[in-house]
This record gives sequence, structure tokens and C-alpha cells, in this order.
Amino acid sequence: MSGNYETSPSPSDVGFQLVSRRTLLASAAAVGAGVALAACGSDSKSSPATTVGGATTTTGAQGATTTMAGGYTGDPVTVGLNEAAGSGKPYDGLKAGLDATGIPYKGNFVDHNSFQDNITSYLQQPDDVFTWFSGYRMRFFADKGLAGDISAVWANLPDFTEGFKAASTGNDGKQYLVPTAYYPWAVHYRKSLFKDKGYSVPTTKDELVALCTKMKADGLIPFAYANDGKWPVQGTFDILNMRVNGYQYHVDLLAGKESWTDPKTKAVFTTWAELLPFHQTGANGRTWQQAATSLEKKEAGMFLLGTFVASNSTDQTYLDDLDFFNFPALDTAIGADSIDAPIDGFMMAAKPKNDKGAKALLTAIGQLPFIEAVNKVNPSNVPANSKFDTSKLNAIQKKSAELVSSAKHIAQFLDRDTSPDFVKNVLADAFAGFIADPTTVDSMLKSIESQKSTYLK
Amino acid sequence: MTTELTSATPPDGGRRRRRYSQLSRSDKVWLTLMVGVPTFFVVLFVWLPALATIALSFTSWDGLKLGTWQLVGFHNYWTIFTVLQDKLYPALFNNVVLLVWLSFCSIIGMLLAYLLDKGVRGTSIYQSIFYMPVVLSLAIVGFIWKSVIFSQEQGLFNVGRTPPIDFVGDASKLFVFHLPGLDTPLGLSRNFAAILIAIAWRHIGYVMVLYLAGLKSVDPSLREAATIDGCNEWQTFRHVVFPVLRPINVVVLVITVIEALRAFDIIVALKEPVGTIVMGVLVKNNLVGEGGGNVGIGSAYGVVLLVLCLVFIVYYLINNYRENEL
Repeated sequence: MSGNYETSPSPSDVGFQLVSRRTLLASAAAVGAGVALAACGSDSKSSPATTVGGATTTTGAQGATTTMAGGYTGDPVTVGLNEAAGSGKPYDGLKAGLDATGIPYKGNFVDHNSFQDNITSYLQQPDDVFTWFSGYRMRFFADKGLAGDISAVWANLPDFTEGFKAASTGNDGKQYLVPTAYYPWAVHYRKSLFKDKGYSVPTTKDELVALCTKMKADGLIPFAYANDGKWPVQGTFDILNMRVNGYQYHVDLLAGKESWTDPKTKAVFTTWAELLPFHQTGANGRTWQQAATSLEKKEAGMFLLGTFVASNSTDQTYLDDLDFFNFPALDTAIGADSIDAPIDGFMMAAKPKNDKGAKALLTAIGQLPFIEAVNKVNPSNVPANSKFDTSKLNAIQKKSAELVSSAKHIAQFLDRDTSPDFVKNVLADAFAGFIADPTTVDSMLKSIESQKSTYLK
Repeated sequence: MTTELTSATPPDGGRRRRRYSQLSRSDKVWLTLMVGVPTFFVVLFVWLPALATIALSFTSWDGLKLGTWQLVGFHNYWTIFTVLQDKLYPALFNNVVLLVWLSFCSIIGMLLAYLLDKGVRGTSIYQSIFYMPVVLSLAIVGFIWKSVIFSQEQGLFNVGRTPPIDFVGDASKLFVFHLPGLDTPLGLSRNFAAILIAIAWRHIGYVMVLYLAGLKSVDPSLREAATIDGCNEWQTFRHVVFPVLRPINVVVLVITVIEALRAFDIIVALKEPVGTIVMGVLVKNNLVGEGGGNVGIGSAYGVVLLVLCLVFIVYYLINNYRENEL
């Protein structure tokens, strides 16, 4: 584990190496799998990850672990999901995955935001196995002794690259998460709209501004914008900071090593203020689903969000028409090689009531049948399992995998890269205030800096 | 030793009434149980947590493992009154605004009740209409107003309006003023004002029903007497009916103060937009927020709220005792 306590895993940590086209193709040919995940695979060839699997059998890791998982017939395992029944594809997908493991389980399905808000009290008496995220959020609970050490399970998970293993590892070097899927943040747009209007994907700041100006002249809102719940615009901050100051500064700022009143930090907000007139007004009172609808209705031209934006619609024509591009470079010296790409997964309670069952279920979650079943129902996030047949990925997922594998640095997302209570109590309000009135930037930055030490210990 | 055979108050006003019990042994057991059991639970579930909150406000604790707290003295209070003043004072201000607004709504509710009690035609229909929102919790009221009335895309208040008004998110201030010695400017946000309207929708009906019940118990002969004495409508209300309603007034006052100070659910239901912060939300975000929580700071906010409540409780109790002494 090379990541510090405060930092996001570096790309090599999560298994996404910057690969040349040639290596990419070569490894694709070698592994016989699709594009990007194979690139991760090429990384793991030299690592023990693909060889540690089911040690007791010669039929290969896959066979061994499936038997082990399928062989569990004890008491049901309690599972806490951060998706409520009826919440749509995200829930249906996870449910299908759990059913596919063949392990008896008892579900506790909680609304996504409530699950997150109540996580501290939830972890006092958690279910045996529960959904959670990698990054600071995982390591925090691991450090507090509120998550179970699943290093033993990882001995039976041959399908993950070293990078994902590192991203699942706590500060003590033990594993605490079984990753399921990840998704990048990018600028979404409708291909047909770009074609009709003769727009092209911008790669520089000038091109971006020119495109936005043109869209405005055409009566479109250049960027759909939402901030209900106060987290969506945090993605804008992440990408702008990584474009203006680069990945390292972003990480250091979130770790508290750089100052919020530094001119470099202010430059991010200057850029943000420059681009704000191209964004949908009234973002603070709009949900991302409503903003996604204005993208779908071609009222807005673009929308910066995670690829989960697709889960808002069931209209196949629209979904086929939906595409994304990496947020363009704003400073050629910095480039556009850093993105947000959070990883989701499952963790185990510190003291599960059903230890054997919990470990069996987590092992099964790390196998192909689980993620295949999930992906069949909800093909939006990219499976973390490197054995996953990439021909089963849809176009957006393939592109996601490519984008992530070509990125040099990968951040997890603002509230996964720093203390979530710092984000919740300080940054979320500050950013929401900023997009409503960008002239307050100086007093806002001063206030963030003064409140930083209270929450960021 | 004289024994009073009747329970009537002696002519001297009872000041020299002797300690004498007419209660049998089993009466005493029952009384002890009936008073003792509720007292036990109130102390256990209300006063002990309150005291624990006060104790925790002097500690630094992440809320995860018992016994890992550290005493930090008044540091949490120093923090919330200085470093976090742009959270604390706007929250206090919003609670005060709410108190003023709900008092106003209570008066409206009282006047509505007075009108309906006069037997307006179709009074039961009006009553039902005004009372309907009361059966909903404030959280539900928040959800309804957010999606049905305030929404920028399909909200009732935004029909045919371009560009739509961002009722929920617009935190720009209707007015701003500076208190001496305070860096943070205070003011009423537009979105908080919008929430006030939603709260009024429910509160007015609530108060109206309480007063309607009270008005039913006003002896009609009092009004008749007032009319015969030549009182006009307003005088009758002001000098005859209103004083008789005193018990209801006290109940409504208490409800109004409590509703204003505990306001929380509707703000959370709207996902706590900037500008709508209230004390209850500050307490929650620091206690049960993700990331381990800041129990010390959250408790300090809680104690500030408790002190505010105590001011009103003490005032109420003093008033109540004074009345009973009459």
C-alpha cells in the first residue's frame, strides 16, 4: 500500500496504468479480453494477484472459490445495501448479484443517502456484510476498528489486480473491501445534438469556451447543473482543481497540506466563476436527475457527472445516443490526465454474527457470477473484476474503462478523498454559496481555511 | 389537634393548613407508582441524555467507542462562537425568525378560529381545508412543497414563469444587517422565506383547531353580557373572549416556541439548502454525520439550544406558579 492516509490511491494503486496503445493492444491480445481491463491485467501479470487464488485445487481459482461459495449452507448472512428496494436499476442489479451467489442472505435495504448519513450509528450494530466505498472513507472506519479484516477472503479473490487490492487495503496493510465496480466522472453529451449542430468535442479551454458560447447563441444551456444534496458540484471543484493545479496539489489541499487561501486555490474558483455563466442557473434547488432530464430533452448541451447519469433514464434511444468526453485541459502544462473515478464495494462488520457466512458471501461477491448478474441488470458502472468479459460491456462502459485506464492520476471524489465531515460541515455549504454568488470567494476561502483545523485532524 | 372534616379551603386562605393526609396506605403505593414510574422514565430518557450532552460538550469525542473521550474544557464553545460563527449565528437567527413568524401564524390561526366559530356558512368545510395539512409531518410537508410547489421544472409557483424561481436553492438574502461585534452578516434567505410559507401552511391550521376547541368552551352568556354592555366585536374579543382563552393561549405559546426551536425535519427533508440552517440541523450534522462525528461540537450546539429552551421553560414555569398562587 503506497497511499498515505490522506491521499487517494495512485493509478498504479488502483491498477490503471498509463499504457501506450501498443501495450494496450498487446495485453488485450494476450489476455484475450477487451480493451481497458486487460490493461490492468497486464499490470498484474508480474504480480501475485492472479496466482494466489484457490490454493487447494487444480481446477483454478474460479472453480475452487465457486465451490466454496456455493458450498455454504449455514444461517443466512445479513446484508446491508445502500440502495432501497424500488430505487431502480442500482438496487435491482445488486439484488440480482446477491441472488446469483447462491448464498442464503437476509437483506436490509436502505435509501442511499440515509445509509450514508447514518453510517456512524449503523456501524455500531451493522449487518454482517454491507456496501461501502474505497478511499478515505474505507480507511477511516478500518482505523477505528469498525470494519472486519478480510485478508483471508482476499486469498480467494484471484480476479482483482494488485491496484484494486491496494485500493481495498487499509493503513495497516490488511484488506477491508471487496470492490465491485467503479465509474469515472466526465462530460456527458448527446451525439445527435453535437452532430446536428456541428459541435465538436473540446480539448482546450479556448475550445470549451467557444463551444459554450456557441451553444448559448443556439439557445441551449451549455452545462446542465444541479446541486441538490450539495454534492454534485463537488465534482466540478475536483476536476477544475486537477486541471488548474494538477493532481498532487488537489490531494495535498484535501489532506490539509496546502492552504485554501493560497492564490493557486483561488485560481480554481476564478476559473469556476468564469465558466459559471455557461451553467444552468438555480442549481442549488435542482436534483441531478432533473438536470439529467434537461440533457435528455436537449435543453442542455453537456453535463459533468459520474457515468451513473445514464441510470436516470430507461429510454434506449437516448441511452444509445449518450456519450461523454474527458473534461478538457485548461492549462497545457497541467494537461487533462487526472479524473475522479470512485470505486464501490462491500465490507464486513468488525464482529459479524455469522463470520463464516459473511466471508463466504464476500468471496462470492468477488467472483464472476456476482458481477455478471449485476451487470446484466444495471450496466452502468464498470465491473472491477478483471476476468469480466468486456464484450458484455456496453459502449459507455467500454469508454469508461478506457478513460480510466488512460488517466495518469485517479481521485476518488471530494468526500472520499478527505474527511467526509469536513466536506459535509464546511465545503458543501461553501461551494453551494459560491455557485449562488461567486463574488463571495475571498470570504469563503478565508472561512474554509479557518474551519479546516476543526474537522481535518 | 383539630381535624378538618371538609376539604374546603379555610378562610385564612390555607396558609396554615396542616400537613394531614387523607390517603390510605394503598393510595400512597399507587400514587408513588403513578408518579414514580413516569418520573423514572423521564429522568432516564430526557434528563440523563440532557446531562450527558452537557458533559460531552466539554469533551472531544468521535462518537465511536465509549470511553475514548478527552476533556477539552470550553474549547468546543470557543470553536462554535468564533471559528464556526458563520454557522452558529445564522442558525440562531433563523430560529429567531421562525419564532417571530410562527407567533404571527398563531395569531392568524386564532383569528381564523374566531371567524369560523361565529358560524360562517360551510364552516366545517373551511375547518377541514385548514386542518388537512396538520395531519402531515413537517418532513412530508417539505417533500410535498419541494416537488409540487417549488420545483423549477413542474412546480405550481413556477408555472409559466421563465426563468423559474429557485425557491429551494436561492440563498440570496432579502435583507442583511450587521450586529456590532459580529463578523458574520445576518439576514433572511429567500429560500428560508419560502420554507416559512410551507411551515405556515401547516401551523395556522394547527393553532386554529386548538382555538376552535377553546372557543367552544367559552360561556355564551359572557358574550351576551358584553353585547348588552355595549361592547363592539373587537372589544368583546379583546376584553372578554381572549382573557377567557388563557389556558389555550399558554398551550399555543408553548407549541409555537417548541416548533420554532426544534425546527429540523422540514430543512432535512429539503436536504439542508444553504441559507436554511437551523440549530437542530447543526446538532445533527456534527453528531451523526458521516465520518465519525464531532460529538463535542454537536453537543455544544445542543447545549446552546437547551439554554434557549430553558429560558422559555423557566419563564413559563414562573408564570404558571404565579397564576396558581392567585
